[in-house]
Amino acid sequence: MYKLKKQFLAGPYFIWMIGFILLPLAFILYYALTTADGAFTFSNIAAIADPVHVKSIVLSLKLGAICTLVCLVLAYPLCMILSSFRFRHQSFVVFLFILPMWMNFMLRILAWRLLLSNNGIVNSILAAVGIGHIKMLNTQTAVVFGMVYDFLPFMILPIYNSMVRIKPETLEAARDLGAGSFTVLVKIIFPLTLSGIISGVIMVFVPALTSFVISDLLGGGKVLLIGNVIEQEFMQGTNWHLGSGLSVVLMLFVIASMALMNVFDKDGGGTAVW
Amino acid sequence: MKKFYMLSLPLAAALFLGGCRGTADAADADSNTLVVLNYGKYLEPSVIEQFEEETGIKIKLEEYESPEEMYTKFTAGSISYDVVCTSDYMVERLISEGEVSPIDFSGFSNYQNLNPDILEASRIFDPENQYSMPYFYGTLGILYNTTMVSQEETQSWNILWDDTYRDSIIMQNSVRDTFVPALRLLGYDINTEDDRELTDALALLIEQKPIVYAYYVDETADEMAAGNAAMALVYSGEAAYAMELNDDLSYSVPKEGSNLWIDSWFIPKRCTHRENAEKFLDFLCREDVAMANFEYVCYASPNQKVVDALDEEVKNDPTIFPPDEILENCTVYKQLGIDTTERYSYLWKTLKSE
Repeated sequence: MYKLKKQFLAGPYFIWMIGFILLPLAFILYYALTTADGAFTFSNIAAIADPVHVKSIVLSLKLGAICTLVCLVLAYPLCMILSSFRFRHQSFVVFLFILPMWMNFMLRILAWRLLLSNNGIVNSILAAVGIGHIKMLNTQTAVVFGMVYDFLPFMILPIYNSMVRIKPETLEAARDLGAGSFTVLVKIIFPLTLSGIISGVIMVFVPALTSFVISDLLGGGKVLLIGNVIEQEFMQGTNWHLGSGLSVVLMLFVIASMALMNVFDKDGGGTAVW
Repeated sequence: MKKFYMLSLPLAAALFLGGCRGTADAADADSNTLVVLNYGKYLEPSVIEQFEEETGIKIKLEEYESPEEMYTKFTAGSISYDVVCTSDYMVERLISEGEVSPIDFSGFSNYQNLNPDILEASRIFDPENQYSMPYFYGTLGILYNTTMVSQEETQSWNILWDDTYRDSIIMQNSVRDTFVPALRLLGYDINTEDDRELTDALALLIEQKPIVYAYYVDETADEMAAGNAAMALVYSGEAAYAMELNDDLSYSVPKEGSNLWIDSWFIPKRCTHRENAEKFLDFLCREDVAMANFEYVCYASPNQKVVDALDEEVKNDPTIFPPDEILENCTVYKQLGIDTTERYSYLWKTLKSE
């Protein structure tokens, strides 16, 4: 009786899962494997080999990788500082890093567009101090910048969580046994935070790989990521079959990158953080 | 009317309100009314009062923002509209879907006021001029900042390929509009379905891409008003909006020619007050009414009587009325075949991925 009740409580989520996860996936697969007449085909999947699509997926992988790397380089030292210094209001400082996530990410990206535009605030300041005018908006750099800005908290949180879990005694023991700061970092802190790093990398790389809004807003329509191609097929080209086919390929890339990460994540603690 | 389309919120509100009002309209469908569907702010309010006073017909005005929104409202069928105004390609689509009924112009007393050239241009989407009546028209051209670009320079599409304006040119983020300058520079028809001609145009656009600031749609007017770019490829309606915001802006249509857009009225098949609808359309062609609407909207009027009555200065203002020699090179978009549409979509991706 108790068991049945428990299963009953899972009912709402079960309906949610069927309606909003399984059914849409089934539709995408159906569209991906059919032509407009409903005949079976692999051509929508094979379309990824088209030079235009190859170019955009390579660009997506490149920008996603750069974004992930920048986030990691920014987040890791920051987390070390946050976790090693025991100052007052420490949780408030962490909270400050998460605070931007409370605002709609589109609004934050739109704000950056105003800041970076030709006559924007950043350029006005640069001109005032005599550096002159720099073209920033509508470049690949601006897109990476927007991605880093948006996804950085996803890198900070898992790394920070894994860092505060390291017991101070562990570090003290290492030092007692004669390890220098560098050795402690490489031999103790890094292995113990690896699961957090992997979790952060996935949390940043996957949305960066699939994003299309950021590249549209900060790329000025000049940066074509694979997400933009899919969006165009659905919204402008109205070829849902090709759009679904490319979506399936993109999903495979996402699954592959997560599987790759799991190989390194031996203790399986990475995703458990979230 | 190619104005900028504010997304989501107003649209959702309009759909919601429209849906609510629908039931009320159905109740008094038999009374002496006329349900009009038009773009927002596209009909002088006093004209409606005047029509109601003169004929005793009560007008119910419904408004929308974009042709696609119009299509959704129209096909939803909760309100039976008696007369609708929308853009050329949407009229063509609804004609091909069999939703439009022919208008009996023989009973009109003011139809001959309309400019025959515009009626001729309308034949692209309405070959017999039997389904639609032009209301306003305009062009696709260059909106430019007079502090950065001179008027003479904007007489040719070549200016959009000029390296001195690197990073201050805005193109349209929609494939057909952006192909227009390239096709016209090469001397091709903007409705071409020839693959070689489209490929040539693509090569030209790829060459242009490094100097383009951005491909925008809704943002263009605001970016130009903010002075973030020197030139933008825009519709005259959007240009008028931007020029209201910033006095330094002006508009010009290059001599090679461009796209001509025509907003037209049509009477749906499901219309329940046909006689009233035809009375209303005839009324709109009357000189004083058309003049009142022109002064309210400020787009090029196809009413010859109105144009003749205007001051020389307004009549010759190229930002409102495209000069005849340019209009000769302008064409209305034709709906393309599926193959060409797919080809366009692919060429667009190729351009964007360069």
